[in-house]
Amino acid sequence: MRSRLVARDAKAWTGGAFLSLKIGEVIEASTGQFMAQCYELHQPAPFGSLVTTREGEVDIYGVVSAAVTSSLEPGRRPIARGAEEVDEGAVYQSSPQLAKLLRTDFDAVVVGHRRDDRLHHYLPPRPARIHAFVYVCDAEEVAAFTQSLDFLSILVNVQWQADELIAALLRQAAAAHQDPRRFLVGAGKELALLLAGETNRLNTILRRLRE
Amino acid sequence: MTAHDHEGRLGIVVSGSLTKGVEVRLDGAVSVEDIAVGRYVTIEGEKRRFFGMITDVALDAVDPRLMIAPPDVSDPLIAEVLTGTSTFGRLHVLPVLTIGDDAMSLLEGPQPVKTVPAHFSTVREASEQDVERVFGQVEEKQFYIGTPLDMETRVRLDPGELVKRSSGIFGKSGTGKTFLARLVLIGVIQEGVAVNLVFDMHSEYGWAGTSEDGREVKALKQLFQSKVAVFTLDEENARRRKVSTDFTVEIGYDEIEPEDIAMLRETIGLTDAAVQATYRLARRFGERKWLESFLAMDSRDELNDLAQSLGEHEATLAALRRRLEMLRRLRFLVPHASENAIQRILETLDRDIHVVLEFGRYGDDIASYILVSNLLTRRIHERYRERMERAMGEEVAKPRPLVITIEEAHKFLSPDISGQTIFGTIAREMRKYNVTLMVIDQRPSGIDDEVMSQLGTKITCLLDDERDIDSVLSGVSGKSELKSVLAKLDSKQQALIFGHAVPMPVVVRTREYGSPESYREFGFREALERKKKAEEEEDDLWG
Repeated sequence: MRSRLVARDAKAWTGGAFLSLKIGEVIEASTGQFMAQCYELHQPAPFGSLVTTREGEVDIYGVVSAAVTSSLEPGRRPIARGAEEVDEGAVYQSSPQLAKLLRTDFDAVVVGHRRDDRLHHYLPPRPARIHAFVYVCDAEEVAAFTQSLDFLSILVNVQWQADELIAALLRQAAAAHQDPRRFLVGAGKELALLLAGETNRLNTILRRLRE
Repeated sequence: MTAHDHEGRLGIVVSGSLTKGVEVRLDGAVSVEDIAVGRYVTIEGEKRRFFGMITDVALDAVDPRLMIAPPDVSDPLIAEVLTGTSTFGRLHVLPVLTIGDDAMSLLEGPQPVKTVPAHFSTVREASEQDVERVFGQVEEKQFYIGTPLDMETRVRLDPGELVKRSSGIFGKSGTGKTFLARLVLIGVIQEGVAVNLVFDMHSEYGWAGTSEDGREVKALKQLFQSKVAVFTLDEENARRRKVSTDFTVEIGYDEIEPEDIAMLRETIGLTDAAVQATYRLARRFGERKWLESFLAMDSRDELNDLAQSLGEHEATLAALRRRLEMLRRLRFLVPHASENAIQRILETLDRDIHVVLEFGRYGDDIASYILVSNLLTRRIHERYRERMERAMGEEVAKPRPLVITIEEAHKFLSPDISGQTIFGTIAREMRKYNVTLMVIDQRPSGIDDEVMSQLGTKITCLLDDERDIDSVLSGVSGKSELKSVLAKLDSKQQALIFGHAVPMPVVVRTREYGSPESYREFGFREALERKKKAEEEEDDLWG
């Protein structure tokens, strides 16, 4: 299998390139979010991770907000096959066509974009293109993007499991920062302002930030 | 002083009004526990800087639900996140003055506030320089009363301004009123702005007093020697204390007028009829003779005859006679004084010498205190008035400003009698005749409101009775704000000062008093030092 580690141009930003893992392709896109299909079954980008895709000269950043593995044909549901097998891997080995009949997709909420080497933590002018490649950002890029926490205001308004999503993102982003605790405190304070009237939500998120 | 980030930044102004003061939201990095009411802050408005005092500290939260269901603050991360964001401290600041930085405002000095700082102006702890600009630099020979809380800058209390109007020193007992009064008197003497007449109830101002911890401290006579004269009513007591006095005051019966007895109405329990009777007695026997003649009447028959001829009730006269009997026990009262004490006091004051009148054992007898201080003050005030009026008409020098210090002032200035006593008159007419009062009291609510409102400068130690606090702060702008400051003073060595002698209300830690260094600051030199200094001067003279 060919490595999907790709060097993406980052010009003045890092003086070189980001080494990013190409993970899938955009199959549905709107201004606020996009859906991508993974090249590998069962290998979506982790929940809450930062991914990026390109639209012309603009890098669009999204946070993985959900993933789903399902049958290629919507009406056809998989059936249980492992009754006779010793382990789960054997199910796929004895029916190699399975991998071709299933797909893994994931959704990403758009949280910002990069244009002319400048980061903007608000929505890009145009949505991602269908079949645009999607890459998982490396630690350096995550750290750079999360220097500013302005994108949190987009995430607090996500419809499904916003609090889980924010906590997952912050946990991963913290690991990319030199001083994770300081980053978490800063992010927590930003959230405290955004969720001023919603103490319960704030508490939920903060509890999920603990190591 | 605690060092905060960004040079003492405390927070930002979020709301407020000129009358009620401004609300300041504390920054997350500043702990409310580092704040204290009474401290100074500067607010950087858009156009000018404001100088104010912290008058209240409060805790607040963005969401009231946070108080009902508190978060898990045992987790340091959660605690740190919530501090300063969801939960925060709030200060109430009373802006008092504005200070400009341009040349013009430097020249004019701080001005009273006429507006409030704009929204979100930065609030900082006032620096020593700010405080110095507001209270002025204290020169070598100038008097200062202490330092603001947690600061080293000296706060000047301007004795010149202080003596222009009557002033008051208040505080519950044991909070250092006497101590402060002694300091203020020293200030007046040090800067020579007026002469003092102190009615020293417990002999604490003349030769030596005691500090709060029971040590003996030097009082006025020891510090200023020839500038102070100690008069006493009780020579025996002074001798026992090994205090040399300059004059023993005796008062003749012939100097006591019916008005002087009227002052004692409350204290010795005279009825109105009895007071009226004294005037009739004076008419019958003459102003100078009445008391002696009346006291000489020993037999019942004599009294009855007198009652009949005066048209008085016998019982009234008998009661008056019984009450006045106490005057006989007072040794300083004699049928006829060999030397006129009033004249002597006036002469001494005229020579620019401050007079402390010690009461000795009579200090505990409030009737003696009231009788003597009223009697003397009435006469002295009369003389001052005559001289002042003459000075207005002719080209005669005005008499030196005189400050009369009285303790237990509520006994003289209570609403029922302040209209009649000389002290009420002095407090009301203010400085017209160059005589002002310094009242010392622990129960300011007992003093007539009208008198309280005329006091130019008030120095108050801790008070905790609501009525006392109200009465001290009556007529002061920012009253409710100062109230919280006043109620939270330490019980020792702290005082709130406001009025004419200071540019703005200030809580001070009173200066140290009682150590050799502190005496030296007042210009006091021990004998050895004096000799050395004289020798030096001599050397200078002859080169």
